[in-house]
Amino acid sequence: MSKFNLNNSYKAVVIGGSAGSFQGVVKILSQLPKGFPLPIIMCLHRLKHVRNGFVEALSIKSVVQVTEPNDKETIKKGCVYLAPANYHMSLELGNHFALSTEEMVNNSRPAIDITLGSCAYVYKDKLVGILLSGANRDGALGMKHIHDRGGLTLVQEPSECMIDTMPKAALAITKIDHVLKVDQIVEFLKELDKQYR
Amino acid sequence: MLDIDIADLKRISELIHQKYSYDFRNYAMSSFKRRVLRIMELKKLSVDALLKKLTDSPAFMNEFLDELTVNVTEMFRDPGFWRIMREEIIPAIMLNHKQFKIWHAGCSSGEEVLSMCIMLKEMGIHGDVNLIATDLDVNILEKAKLATYPVKNMELNEKNYIRFQGTGNFKDYYKEDNGNAVFNKDLLMNVSFRRHDLVMGDLFNKFDLILCRNVMIYFNQTLQNEVLKKFHESLFKYGYLAIGSKESLIWCDYASRFIVVNNEEKIYKKIKD
Repeated sequence: MSKFNLNNSYKAVVIGGSAGSFQGVVKILSQLPKGFPLPIIMCLHRLKHVRNGFVEALSIKSVVQVTEPNDKETIKKGCVYLAPANYHMSLELGNHFALSTEEMVNNSRPAIDITLGSCAYVYKDKLVGILLSGANRDGALGMKHIHDRGGLTLVQEPSECMIDTMPKAALAITKIDHVLKVDQIVEFLKELDKQYR
Repeated sequence: MLDIDIADLKRISELIHQKYSYDFRNYAMSSFKRRVLRIMELKKLSVDALLKKLTDSPAFMNEFLDELTVNVTEMFRDPGFWRIMREEIIPAIMLNHKQFKIWHAGCSSGEEVLSMCIMLKEMGIHGDVNLIATDLDVNILEKAKLATYPVKNMELNEKNYIRFQGTGNFKDYYKEDNGNAVFNKDLLMNVSFRRHDLVMGDLFNKFDLILCRNVMIYFNQTLQNEVLKKFHESLFKYGYLAIGSKESLIWCDYASRFIVVNNEEKIYKKIKD
């Protein structure tokens, strides 16, 4: 019996993060079980005008190569995706990404609320949402969308965060199923992986 | 929380299509939904109230169109793209044509066409190029013609210009007036702005270079396919097409009639009629 009471109905994991989340993301990606069955969709705040370098930095230790999808690219199981610089990244029904250059949301582009919200819309209760360290409120509303549509919500434990504004904002506006340290998030993903073996 | 379902979004696009001959039926759903929700929020309208206003008021339709289309842009967006334009693409075109034509499809508020004009001027060929800048939204075309933007945008624009390694001084191209940067109108002397709808509009000319960056991301794949066909027909053989850095056309029927010239900046060349 899994301590997180998981099952194999999930179709995707979405991760949001900002200031102070880089180390956490690197740890998660480096300890991901080989052949992890779900797509991992990440929206991390980043410099708007630096297109190169971030995905490479994340890929160095990652078990799976991280890619920045093109507009309309099909989502594949077991791939890790990162929202590209200066674009919002949404999911569309029909299992592909859609990018956009719309106005910044929460002073951000990519905005975590947009990625999380559209994932919640597409995957409904088949989604795991994870929100990490960050210095603004972007992502909180997205987590609420995930919860309202029946998805599972996780935030990084505020005491472990370099800046805890982001997870705290989510905790304040919606039900969060698990408040976990990064090591526990890794454990969670390992448990989740086992459900599909 | 304000929300709208797909059935209602379809009702809106059907109504607009029937009544106003704009076709948003093949727009990408995620962004179309956000745009409509944004308008509902701005104007404090329910779905039914929105439908009624769209039915009753062409003036409201005009406002709606203005908000629906995404008009977020910047000068010299992706400086690397502009360097390739200056150092590779424009010189390649000039090998065959001393005078040539450029189409900015979906020009929005005009930052891109203005960037092009500045670049051409610095290359000393400003007088040899005809530019046509089109958008489906007449209000935004009026803004583009003014070449006047908030001074607060200039910091970013200048940063991009410096990364592009422009040969002039960016500040020399505009004068500050009342919080606005008013660009030198001579820059736009060879530009003709016209209303044109990529979805519904007919072809109107042939070009050596078409720029349509971050426009087709708002279309679904069916529509992207149709528009690429139009671009193909509007290009001379060996003409160039530039799309946004994270766009791709590989799934389009006409993709095989182009080759990739620069994959990082998404510049294609038509090689087959």
